[in-house]
Amino acid sequence: MSLVLRGIRPYGDDAVDLVISDGLIVDIVPVGQGQGDVIEAGGLVGLPGLVDLHTHLREPGREDAETVETGSRAAALGGFTCIHAMANTTPVADTAGVVEQVWRLGERSGRTQVRPVGAVTVGLGGEQLAEIGAMANSAAQVRVFSDDGKCVHDASLMRRSLEYVKAFDGVIAQHAQEPRLTQDAQMNEGALSGQLGLAGWPAVAEESIIARDVLLAQHVDSRLHVCHVSTAGSVDVIRWAKGRGINVTAEVCPHHLILTEELATTYDPIYKVNPPLRTASDIEALRAGLADGTIDVIATDHAPHPHEDKDCEWAAAAFGMLGLETALSIVIATMVEPGLLTWRGVAERMSSAPARIGRVREQGHDLVVGAVANVIAVDPSAVRSITATDLASKSRNTPYVGMQLPGIVEHVLYAGNPTVLHRQLTW
Amino acid sequence: MKHLLSTADLSLEDAVLILDTAAEMALLTDREVKKLPTLRGRTVVNLFFEDSTRTRISFEVAAKRLSADVINFAAKGSSISKGESLKDTALTLQAMGADAVVVRHPSSGAPYRLAHADWIDATVINAGDGTHEHPTQALLDAYTLRAHLAGPTGSLRGVRVAIVGDVLHSRVARSNVHLLQTLGAKVTLVAPPTLLPIGVEQWGCAVSYDFDEVLADQDAVMMLRVQGERMNQAFFPSTLEYSRLYGLDTPRMATMGTNSIVLHPGPMNRGMEISADVADDPRSLMVEQVTNGVHVRMAVLYLLLGGMKESAS
Repeated sequence: MSLVLRGIRPYGDDAVDLVISDGLIVDIVPVGQGQGDVIEAGGLVGLPGLVDLHTHLREPGREDAETVETGSRAAALGGFTCIHAMANTTPVADTAGVVEQVWRLGERSGRTQVRPVGAVTVGLGGEQLAEIGAMANSAAQVRVFSDDGKCVHDASLMRRSLEYVKAFDGVIAQHAQEPRLTQDAQMNEGALSGQLGLAGWPAVAEESIIARDVLLAQHVDSRLHVCHVSTAGSVDVIRWAKGRGINVTAEVCPHHLILTEELATTYDPIYKVNPPLRTASDIEALRAGLADGTIDVIATDHAPHPHEDKDCEWAAAAFGMLGLETALSIVIATMVEPGLLTWRGVAERMSSAPARIGRVREQGHDLVVGAVANVIAVDPSAVRSITATDLASKSRNTPYVGMQLPGIVEHVLYAGNPTVLHRQLTW
Repeated sequence: MKHLLSTADLSLEDAVLILDTAAEMALLTDREVKKLPTLRGRTVVNLFFEDSTRTRISFEVAAKRLSADVINFAAKGSSISKGESLKDTALTLQAMGADAVVVRHPSSGAPYRLAHADWIDATVINAGDGTHEHPTQALLDAYTLRAHLAGPTGSLRGVRVAIVGDVLHSRVARSNVHLLQTLGAKVTLVAPPTLLPIGVEQWGCAVSYDFDEVLADQDAVMMLRVQGERMNQAFFPSTLEYSRLYGLDTPRMATMGTNSIVLHPGPMNRGMEISADVADDPRSLMVEQVTNGVHVRMAVLYLLLGGMKESAS
């Protein structure tokens, strides 16, 4: 049996019928000529299913904040057909057993492809390499390794990690944060942190680690991926490294493209995130870096936290904000509408590039005949008002409450199966 | 104005009103019965998440002289140390009918959260939050400066004040910079570069690394407490070197103008930022600052719990 996405505009181009069968795009024909069960997609922009390199699903261990199932629902509604589940769970995903558990939970949910990320070091402790080979060879087929939340700060250990993953075509995704420069840090260091009396988180704490790591990656000829780049200086360092031919990729989070440190004046920890919100000039540099390809991907760093961990004073609160269900809207508002990124550019930054970096064969295909049918249909002109309780995530810690954001994901096909139709989960 | 969270929120008129009211409260001290019926039936809670006996007692005396009922709530640890959360504590106080909550907290912004998070209706008075602000300390400092340098109702316009020491970690410094500049004083911050916040040049005051260079020009010097432990975090090489460069001792004091005065928010580290002889000098006004603290806190409680409305109408 075939499905027809009727009148969809791939990458915003001319409308066509996209015919899907057996999990593949089997035909692209003029509107009205596709044969099969019709999904009305007139005027909607067609994109390949989005791929997130940086998602916290919290399971196992913090099922009060999120589970693989609830996170997968949020992912589907946000247009993601693949997410990478970060390793900082309890227990940590540092063994084949844990990554296989997360992978199986994802398969059972079936709403999106869940790719576990393996820890670089045992227990994220930064001292001993985790069994990277076992995770790579497990059913989960892990290719991305990260101690995210913590920085692999020991230079020797970072070097060995970069070398070791070459055997599995893996990549180290570094959380670049020099720990000694960020002890007790609460927000971006600048004039504002001084006034608010919140311990500063200097840009150099991020930039110095990135500078070291790109040189290490060059020295051992391996792949480095830089998580959640947040400063203008980091963009400069990565641009320099790419200019030298170093095999480095980088991601930026939606919130770092739109929110600034001024929000900390409310002392509302809904705006507390790691790395911290920076300045307007950082935002400008990040957008420019994303536009010119210095930054390869947009990754959500979706970080659910139970309400009590945000309903408190700033210092006591957890770092992180939700992202899966708002990411595309933020990208439309900050990159597409200002003309910094075309729809093809969005497809590259949010689907093809992350799939390449994560070595996910089934994802990130162009919308062409023969491709795996991971397809989303987006209404870019629709505007929605964000309310925390309307989100599918188990947590409510979105910083966008009350904001009017453009773009709604109307339909999502994951491997040919509709997971979202008319903005609703199909089951 | 409902809360007192930061001296940055005080206009010149607000600040002068508080200081003038404090001067009226001071007259009460000369009476045999040191008590006004103004806040009878009102409940003031001293909510202290951090030990500070002197500030707590000062607020307690102030509230009692205004006939308020005072509850001292020493919260054992904040939610950081997994005690009761700030929110639950707030809900408890709300249920008990607190009219004002005087809060001391180790986290910057905790009083702001208390005032704005829809947990309680009470007036919130910041009694020191982390490394952010300590507004009533700045008000009592301004009151003391005024009494000595400008007369009881005089202006601090043009008065030169140096604030010396660990500005980076000092809530007293932040509150004083805002308030003294609002009152027209010329403030100079003096510290090693490591103990000045990034961006301090945007605070609108002068900054110097050289205590001796600025000392002779000051009408008042405010010494900040410096914790010896900061040495271990490399903010300065040793307590001795700190003391040599930034401590106020007798030879240094001799270079000050003869009418200039010395303040310290307490508690002092004698021998560290201030020598024992200087601390006991008649031009050092620490004991008077404590007395003035009660007057200023009476004024703040009086104005925030109703008096401000009356004076406005």
